[in-house]
Amino acid sequence: MTLIATESLTKTYGGRVSALADLTVAVEPGIIGLVGANGAGKSTLIKILLGLLAPTSGRVSVLGLDPTTDPAAVRARVGYMPEHDALPPDLSAAELVTHLGRISGLPRTVARERASEALRHVGLHEERHRAVGGYSTGMKQRVKLAQALVHDPDLLLLDEPTNGLDPAGRDAMLALIHRIGTEFGISVLVCSHLLGEVERICDTLVAIDGGRLLRADRVAAMTTATDVLAVEVSEGTDDLAARLAALDLPVSRDGRLLLVPLADDATYDLILGAVAELDLPLHRLDQRRHRVAELFATREPSHA
Amino acid sequence: MPEPTGVIHDIGYQRYTGPRLGRRHVFGALYVHGLRTAFGLGRSAKAKIFPWLVVGIVLVVAAGVTAVRSQTGQAVMTYARFVDTMSWLVIFFVAVVAPELVSRDLRSGVLPLYFSRPLPRGDYALAKLGALVTALWLLLGAPQLVMFLGAAFTTKDGLHGVWTELGDVLPSLLYAALWALVFASVGLLIASLTSKRAFAAGGIVAAFLMTAPIVGVLSIMPSRTVNELAMLASPSFLLHAVGLWAFGDKLEPGAAADQMIGDFGPVYVGAAVLLVAGCVALLLLRYRKVAAR
Repeated sequence: MTLIATESLTKTYGGRVSALADLTVAVEPGIIGLVGANGAGKSTLIKILLGLLAPTSGRVSVLGLDPTTDPAAVRARVGYMPEHDALPPDLSAAELVTHLGRISGLPRTVARERASEALRHVGLHEERHRAVGGYSTGMKQRVKLAQALVHDPDLLLLDEPTNGLDPAGRDAMLALIHRIGTEFGISVLVCSHLLGEVERICDTLVAIDGGRLLRADRVAAMTTATDVLAVEVSEGTDDLAARLAALDLPVSRDGRLLLVPLADDATYDLILGAVAELDLPLHRLDQRRHRVAELFATREPSHA
Repeated sequence: MPEPTGVIHDIGYQRYTGPRLGRRHVFGALYVHGLRTAFGLGRSAKAKIFPWLVVGIVLVVAAGVTAVRSQTGQAVMTYARFVDTMSWLVIFFVAVVAPELVSRDLRSGVLPLYFSRPLPRGDYALAKLGALVTALWLLLGAPQLVMFLGAAFTTKDGLHGVWTELGDVLPSLLYAALWALVFASVGLLIASLTSKRAFAAGGIVAAFLMTAPIVGVLSIMPSRTVNELAMLASPSFLLHAVGLWAFGDKLEPGAAADQMIGDFGPVYVGAAVLLVAGCVALLLLRYRKVAAR
């Protein structure tokens, strides 16, 4: 089943400013990264998916439903985590998430149970009974995630979930999203302007710029054929480079590292053989995934 | 080996397959939440002070009126007059509670969390309005119930006396409902325009109190028609005029209603209905815009 599909989706504000232009994309269930610079149209797309904004033209479907004609049905099965602050400071997380669970149609006792479950899953335990106003940014982000999760949606729309978090908080949030997408069986659309962040957890990437689709593909498809081996020797890097080049391997240098495209397992043997022959102290030899960023880079050609 | 008791097992994430309630229940949940918020229930102790202070005042006044009546046999205040007399308290109650209901949500940015759920935008506004109307009606109605019970138990005319009292209190409860409708719709509309509670409170007080001098000026103009229509200029006077038309000297002893509003009673009723309808329409319009943001 197609999770989200758009067809020539266009949204213009006031007839002039174009937020989305002729966007056609279809993605399968899983963890989807929606990347683009600020103002690329990510938030506009999310609002159209939720049925909060009507597209100027084009078609859209979410979970097989049309948010322009049946927004309530879509929203019942979707959880949304907005980018900006969205929490009333004087309520406790437990009260807020319970209340929002009821607004999603959960019966009273179920809402209370699922609220504490959702808060537990995002890592808030005893603190959930304290007023949200005293929470750290990381905890607030978790509450926002919990309220999107409370009614057990089939799809989560997360708008910049790592905004304002420190590196450790980012990693924790990304790990949590990855867990939701894999263990919980809920599809996730993660919006971010940081490609490096989402590429780690996503299995599909959709890149937009200026409201237009740059590229949409599965991460696996983008990165096969481009895996490289990174070789580091404590000394004699130049000798090794010359030796590998003589073996017809398209070697390139990246600082202290030598990068060799991985053709097949024989590449390992060739490199190890060369190192052994030159009797160099091998520091490391590992497979490195091409950063997806390089696939999107238009100005800078890739190094490898 | 038997497992030790008291071990908490992480059973992982559970999908929910139970019922999902429809629009009516969601509306009800938001309505009850709003009503509780109005009286500070489920909120901090600080949020409870003002609403319960006002509730305390109206109940004490009602108890006092009842006590005097049972001792002297003289009614200090009719039911309808009680509603009018408490109007200034109602204004302050609205000025505090309406921003609490809607401005706070605008400020904290919680609205996207509501509107990304299966809650039609209009339902949010109407549930909040319903909560405020109910809160105001309870505020004006509960003391009347106290007065009624007091009068019913001390009446010397037996069951007939109780019937007479009932005939007095029921129309007055309707009158209180009209007050609640007008004050809630005007107050909520003003509060929904700003996320700053202080501005909203000021705006509401201004709308009700600052318009009073206009009525004063119009009522001394040299035209009788203008005098009789003067009370259209301010919401609380508008309601007072409706009361004069409906209750006559029960509302203002000694004052001839004809002198103050002439034959314009139905005009005032129409104006009150229009005012409520207009405010509700603007409120719904307002939330159409907010939701899309």
